[in-house]
Amino acid sequence: MAYSEKVIEHYENPRNVGTLDKSDDQVGTGLVGAPACGDVMRLQIKVGDDGRIEDAKFKTFGCGSAIASSSLATEWLKGKTVDEAATIKNSMIATELNLPPVKIHCSVLAEDAIKSAIADFRSKQAAKKSLAGA
Amino acid sequence: MAIKTPIYMDYHATTPVDPRVLDAMLPYFNEKFGNAASRSHVYGWTAEEAVSTSREKIAALIGASNPKEIVFTSGATEADNMAIKGVAEFYKDKGNHIITTVIEHKAILDTCKRLEKEGCEVTYLPVDAEGMVSAESVAKAITDKTILVSVMLANNEVGTVQPIAEIGKITRARGVLFHSDAVQGIGKVPFNVETMNVDLASITAHKMYGPKGIGALYVRRSKPRVRITAQMDGGGHEFGMRSGTLNVPGIVGFGRAAEIMLAEGAEEAKRLLDLREHLRNRLVTALESVNLNGSYEHRLPGNLNVSFSFVEGEAMLMAIKDVCVSSGSACTSASLEPSYVLHAMGIGDDLAHSSIRFGLGRFNTLEEVDFVADLVISKVKGLREMSPLYEMHKEGIDLSTVQWAAH
Repeated sequence: MAYSEKVIEHYENPRNVGTLDKSDDQVGTGLVGAPACGDVMRLQIKVGDDGRIEDAKFKTFGCGSAIASSSLATEWLKGKTVDEAATIKNSMIATELNLPPVKIHCSVLAEDAIKSAIADFRSKQAAKKSLAGA
Repeated sequence: MAIKTPIYMDYHATTPVDPRVLDAMLPYFNEKFGNAASRSHVYGWTAEEAVSTSREKIAALIGASNPKEIVFTSGATEADNMAIKGVAEFYKDKGNHIITTVIEHKAILDTCKRLEKEGCEVTYLPVDAEGMVSAESVAKAITDKTILVSVMLANNEVGTVQPIAEIGKITRARGVLFHSDAVQGIGKVPFNVETMNVDLASITAHKMYGPKGIGALYVRRSKPRVRITAQMDGGGHEFGMRSGTLNVPGIVGFGRAAEIMLAEGAEEAKRLLDLREHLRNRLVTALESVNLNGSYEHRLPGNLNVSFSFVEGEAMLMAIKDVCVSSGSACTSASLEPSYVLHAMGIGDDLAHSSIRFGLGRFNTLEEVDFVADLVISKVKGLREMSPLYEMHKEGIDLSTVQWAAH
């Protein structure tokens, strides 16, 4: 199985491995995939008051391409607004990492993880607003 | 002693040719290069004699009473095809039912699937959690239409050794032919076609330190005499059972490899068992949540198939890139399906995805095993730090109760 250099790079030096505080209402957590499928990604974003993602962390159970896809995702997320983050597509990840056809689904899962984290963040914000009676 | 990388620990996939085997083969490429079927000159006679000698050596390895019971093929896949299709065709007036197991090699399973399309009935017996088929289940499955039972000697993925002698007793009593794909077990665990009542057996050279591209089908000649319809026509070689000019250098290598295995196999099995146990102990002592896949007791000595929970197999293979092993993970298979053997044993897909198969062999050393143990331990720990499943496990979450958002 020949990996692209970029996948190997991300796999050997993954960026942003870790955990953010789930209970922080500025943190959105996305957990996608299933152990039975061999792929589980947890991606978290911390959004600042300016609406920009100031930190992103991931943990992945999956192959080298899955780890690389989620590592790349966290790199791209930092500094973007939440709306900008929602435009990240799996095809961009797949192209950047030169993923072969059999590994495209890893990039799809990464896109799902981003969307899931954003959805979680937004629902927390909505809950906060309604509590505040806005 | 400096360790040379990459370190090969995938001896179930193939083995290097033993230097002694290579030496034996070389003259037959361009000195004694005759066609064994050339009856009229010394080149042919020399080749024929070499083939004859190899037949004897291979017969001795499996306990066959007559060297003519060894029919050379291009490998075990061909031997498996010949055995199953050959018996099904020859004995079609006697019946059309074949019994085999769910964990056989694809050479058996795919052949059976083809025969099903052509009108045969096939029973695929299940295995237990350790990958063992029960002789009793074989007995229960036999009907008056059964013409063949095929059960492998030892499984290539998890190393489970099947109760061949027990099954042979049953098939002999019921008058049904018994074939065994003995590829992985030959020389490593006891196997004797006479004492175990085996009527057909597939073997290959490249799993026993011989060359690739040469194998054999043992076809019993007496008590009972087994007949098969040839699958390869053209010249009537190999007693009419397999036409085609013999691969003399390959056969010479195969014979020498068999001779070495007969002489050294038992000692070697002990050494491999010690090495394997050393590796296993190091891993289970240093790491938690390591599952042994397969039977501890009835196992190939060099096989260690384990699942490292919370870490995916292909990621592990990448992490230990200077060590050559294999995995039951879907990511490592062309079809993206996880191992069907592990699945048949009831091992969950999540553990299948985390499985690694170490296959130790003749040229592995204790230093290599320790190096590999160190590397695997450190990489598993590293990958677990990156795993959301490990974090959840540490928090006390029971992963089997989680609702996953699978895509």
